[in-house]
Amino acid sequence: MKDTVLEVTNLVTKFKSADGLLPAVRGASFSVKKGETLCIVGESGCGKSITALSIMGLLPSNGLITDGSITFNDQNLASMSPKKMQKLRGNDVSMIFQEPMTALNPVFTIGFQIREPLLIHQKLSKKQAHARGIELLKMVGIPSPAERMNQYPHELSGGMRQRVMIAIALSCNPSLLIADEPTTALDVTIQAQIIDLLNDLKEQLDMSMIMITHDMGVVAEIADRVIVMYAGEVIEEGRVEEIFENPQHPYTKGLLSSVPNVDDPDFELKPIAGSMPMLNEKISGCRFHPRCPYAFDKCFSESPKTFSVTDKQNVRCWLQEEVEQNGGRRASSL
Amino acid sequence: MAVDEQVLYSVKNVKKHYPIKGGMLQRVKSHVKAVDGITLDIYRGETLGVVGESGCGKSTLGRTILGLESLTEGELVFNGNNISKYSPRQLKPFKKEMQMIFQDPYASLNPKQRIGDALEEAFIIHTNLPAEKRREKVIKLLNEVGLKEDHYERYPHEFSGGQRQRIGIARAISINPSFIVCDEPVSALDVSVQAQVIKLLKDLQEKHALTYLFVSHDLGVVRHLCNRVLVMYLGQMVELAPVNKLYENPTHPYTEALLSAIPRPAVGRKRERIRLTGDLPSPSNPPTGCPFHTRCPIAKDHCTTEKPAWRQMDDGHFIACHER
Repeated sequence: MKDTVLEVTNLVTKFKSADGLLPAVRGASFSVKKGETLCIVGESGCGKSITALSIMGLLPSNGLITDGSITFNDQNLASMSPKKMQKLRGNDVSMIFQEPMTALNPVFTIGFQIREPLLIHQKLSKKQAHARGIELLKMVGIPSPAERMNQYPHELSGGMRQRVMIAIALSCNPSLLIADEPTTALDVTIQAQIIDLLNDLKEQLDMSMIMITHDMGVVAEIADRVIVMYAGEVIEEGRVEEIFENPQHPYTKGLLSSVPNVDDPDFELKPIAGSMPMLNEKISGCRFHPRCPYAFDKCFSESPKTFSVTDKQNVRCWLQEEVEQNGGRRASSL
Repeated sequence: MAVDEQVLYSVKNVKKHYPIKGGMLQRVKSHVKAVDGITLDIYRGETLGVVGESGCGKSTLGRTILGLESLTEGELVFNGNNISKYSPRQLKPFKKEMQMIFQDPYASLNPKQRIGDALEEAFIIHTNLPAEKRREKVIKLLNEVGLKEDHYERYPHEFSGGQRQRIGIARAISINPSFIVCDEPVSALDVSVQAQVIKLLKDLQEKHALTYLFVSHDLGVVRHLCNRVLVMYLGQMVELAPVNKLYENPTHPYTEALLSAIPRPAVGRKRERIRLTGDLPSPSNPPTGCPFHTRCPIAKDHCTTEKPAWRQMDDGHFIACHER
């Protein structure tokens, strides 16, 4: 495809706590190409949001990146000074958050908040910024944008607030947009509007996007490529078709069969037993083995290597080694 | 699940309006019509799903049916008894029959109370069993919902979200109710855990012959779990049908739009989506005529003035729409 916008290599993010340093992200590596949408999928506590905050340099004060690099347009964000990072954030890389009410400041007007990045990063005059703000609001499909500029966040509905957030995030034409569960707090009809909007805008502005979600339905609608995270590790990676039609990791398969199918009345739910491990839990070998129905001796003792399934699909699971050795016999028995 | 046609709970023209006060004298200025005229029969042994967007009144309906909210208007007939005007004392034996599972199990547990004690409370109120017997019962309950005996001594913060919801379920089934309102019981849970809890709810229903009113915004879960589904919009009934009929042949334009808006977890078979423009109108100032006409793609002039009648399409399939 086209050139790489973001390259994350072996990212390790830890949190200081009473029990010492706890790793939330354990060596995640992935890349985002120009114009591509990468979805990071996983359940709460898998480290997907922390990965995003690490890229943005927005980790809470007790969090720190202890290893690895984040290369964005030939600059390493992991070791960048806060000052330089500030110049980048909201300009070249920007982010949309889950709860649009908490992400917008309730005491400033929409206009003030949308002008702010334009004044800081683009050095526009207030008048120019105001005109550009109206344009942006129009672009994200807000009716009567000029009047909205003088309104406060509480006067807008959830869907409208999320549109404002998107307008602010896109104000400086970022080359990378990170969206952290942007539709989770919204109703399905509004969610569908926002997904359509993000898809349209991405095409229009030719930017790359990282979408973080736990909803496999949203993934299918928006992703080009998918990485699946579990307990701080990337366990599977592939093109969206590969992940849905030929998932290899038992956890990915489990996730897909845990979502009730709306179109199939006879769909059988197969839940994954157990729950996500805590950060401080010590698990030997594969982090998923206590919940894995196919775990065998090697899974208990050794952390799995990454195996390639196709040129785009990689999986971190010992089962795949057997597949390679036995010419795919194991895969058919799963 | 065997659903016989025996009516367990009959809800007749139930309304729940909340007053909005304002001005210096705090006079009632208007009302939020959270639930505005719901009439339905809930059959013994069935799971009736209630779906709709947030603010459509589905949770309020569940709470009103259980008597957790006072009725503004209407009648509740449980098992042949009109309980809508009963005093709290008269209601007590009926409360034993009706329980609720809440969305956020952490908020519904006392953080300073051990799980065992929380579960024992129902037995103290509704039975006169001695302490040892109560403990036995609680341990049996814990096992039934997939928890262990030593969880008895623990506090709510020591449990994960899924386990807490299991506690919420244990509490609801503890005194053998016949009817349970489940208010978004799985929407706060992760997908893998959600599937476990859905399975548990299904198993318990079969074992104890429970009747569920399942309030949810997740249409996938509803299809999987429910026998019949009621679609609500701005406190009113929009469509009611057996689950397969509703999903395969949605008739009301709102139901159609709702179903087509669900992102499907499958690639390569994109369906044409009906885009609803705009947001849900405010329930304090609902549109005249059909409540949906402001967003409806097929609305005609008379939709803005006349309220559509509730009519039967075919067996068990009801709808309120002028145009279909």
